[in-house]
Amino acid sequence: MFNRKFIPIVVTLGLFILMFAVGSFRYTGFFSLQVFNNLLIDNAFLLIVAVGMTFVIVSGGIDLSVGSVIALTTMVSASLLEQGWPPYAVIPVVLLMGAGFGWGMGAIIYYFKIQPFIVTLAGMFLARGLCYVISINTIIIDDAFYTKVAQTKISLPGGNFISISVIIAIVVVAAGFYIAHYTRFGRNTYALGGSEQSALLMGLPVKSTKIKVYMFSGLCSSLAGVVFTFYMLSGYGLHAMGLELDAIAAVVIGGTLLTGGVGYIVGTFFGVMIQGVIQTIISFEGTLSSWWTKIVIGVLLFVFIILQKLLSERKWTLRS
Amino acid sequence: MVKHHLFWPVAVLAALLLFNFIYSPDFFSIIVRNGNLYGSLIDILNFGSPLIIVALGMTLVIALGGIDLSVGSVVAIAGAISCLLISKGTDQSAWSLVLMAIGVSIAVAIVLGLWNGVLVSIFGMQPIIATLILMVAGRGVAQLIADGQIITVSSKTYNYLGAGSLAMLPFSIFIVAAMFILVSLLTRRTALGLYIESIGCKPTASRLAGIRSRTVMLAVYMFCGLCAGIAGLILSSNVSSADGNNAGLWYELDAILAVVIGGTSLNGGRFSVTGTLIGALIIQTLTTTIYMTGVPPEITLVVKAFVVLVVCLVQSESFRKAIVARWKTRHYPAEREVKQHV
Repeated sequence: MFNRKFIPIVVTLGLFILMFAVGSFRYTGFFSLQVFNNLLIDNAFLLIVAVGMTFVIVSGGIDLSVGSVIALTTMVSASLLEQGWPPYAVIPVVLLMGAGFGWGMGAIIYYFKIQPFIVTLAGMFLARGLCYVISINTIIIDDAFYTKVAQTKISLPGGNFISISVIIAIVVVAAGFYIAHYTRFGRNTYALGGSEQSALLMGLPVKSTKIKVYMFSGLCSSLAGVVFTFYMLSGYGLHAMGLELDAIAAVVIGGTLLTGGVGYIVGTFFGVMIQGVIQTIISFEGTLSSWWTKIVIGVLLFVFIILQKLLSERKWTLRS
Repeated sequence: MVKHHLFWPVAVLAALLLFNFIYSPDFFSIIVRNGNLYGSLIDILNFGSPLIIVALGMTLVIALGGIDLSVGSVVAIAGAISCLLISKGTDQSAWSLVLMAIGVSIAVAIVLGLWNGVLVSIFGMQPIIATLILMVAGRGVAQLIADGQIITVSSKTYNYLGAGSLAMLPFSIFIVAAMFILVSLLTRRTALGLYIESIGCKPTASRLAGIRSRTVMLAVYMFCGLCAGIAGLILSSNVSSADGNNAGLWYELDAILAVVIGGTSLNGGRFSVTGTLIGALIIQTLTTTIYMTGVPPEITLVVKAFVVLVVCLVQSESFRKAIVARWKTRHYPAEREVKQHV
């Protein structure tokens, strides 16, 4: 348990508990299970995106397109529903679309050796632009299935409740944890992020792993888009603006190195939760404006990166 | 000629201009109105000037093997500070007030660049995360300075910076020209360019060769901050207002794009200032073209995505090889294949 490699996660977890505790002492009504549940309800889509992003970053890449893929998913879902498609057909279609989008970007990155940063940037422009091609206005969803899922509250003992989106998010986090640590694909991803050349020389399937990682991220983004559609009940081209930064910040706060090769899904989970707690504290405080969220997240990023730096430097001196 | 590093960027720009010429022949016409020159080409230079300046700073950072994601936020902060200072003054058009506001915001922009430089060169952080911090926090700071409002100023003196004209041309073009000449001279007439390329190739080796990599890195990040600051001033003075939330939004992406299209490798160690200028002009021409051809502005992003992809694919060595290989195999005579096997 007290292995050095778990220190970043322990710090992230500690910080989450600390912030929650500070909130509980400062504000009445903060310390309740429902506040924690609300964190999950309001950040379900961010959790799902962040899981996909963790894989991409662990593999040594980056995916800037996630926010716009979410917007595109909401837009496609809304317009298909408007044309009378049934929900059980719409959801698989948008999931396939997201996975296909990710596959395309991964293939371009692998085959043509263009930096992931640029390719996913183009993907971000493309997805955002396609939203506007569909419509520049908000499309409201009044489908019975979607509204039902959006309004369903699953009661927990003690009078608390969560939404269906939370269950999806938790399943994704659990699946991400399993894939990352107990499957070949997960191990290959870590190996690829550690050193692509070594992975190639070891005979690992670099090509399929690289493409699959982006495909997985695309799938996660479109799933997050479906959850986001439940949350907003509308399709709009400006949905989830700048979400990619929130996701990257959550992954980094969760202890994943942007160089690749090191990272934990559990850390990402708490990275998202920390961002949620900051927002909750700011809304409880009342007088603070929303831009403080950005400043605090910036400061947290700084602290965590310095911490990682210190830890990895100490590791080096021990080794040498 | 195809091997020349400026061939592809120039070809793309020429193709875009040619398309415009065919589509609307008066694209190249420049007329004199109220003693000023007007025309699409002038507009491209004028509206593209903040992007060109930011991209110049970005070129040097990328040549070092780094990246600066925070330029958009610095643009917003610089605009917010100068507009705030000017709006506080009694006589908003007073020279002393405007010069003071410009001086303060440029100084802040340089300090922000220095912050990035310290994180990268002294703490040894990866540039992409080090500047991510300022990118996220900087937007918040800009909104904090402006108190979440859009600050408007009514200063003729300040407005001159982004909307005034000198010798029949928009004043911002002269700022761009000055910055471009400065960067070109510094990098190609002094040893600085060589140092930057050397550090971009291998920081350790350059340090062992006696180059002060830390000092050079700090200077380059500070220069990038300066460029972003100047761009912020031009942008905010052009519209006489500062919007902490939207000023300079996605500027970092456009600037990186301009640099990459211009043929500078994101891996560092090789850069072309002229290429960046052409890259930024390509982006601005593309935007103007889209507006001119009457394509709905909503799909600007789709077109941009395809152009980015095509330009990157054309520059990608493996893509060109794949195309050539396919072309060759297709024209391979069948008899010869059989003979070889026998």
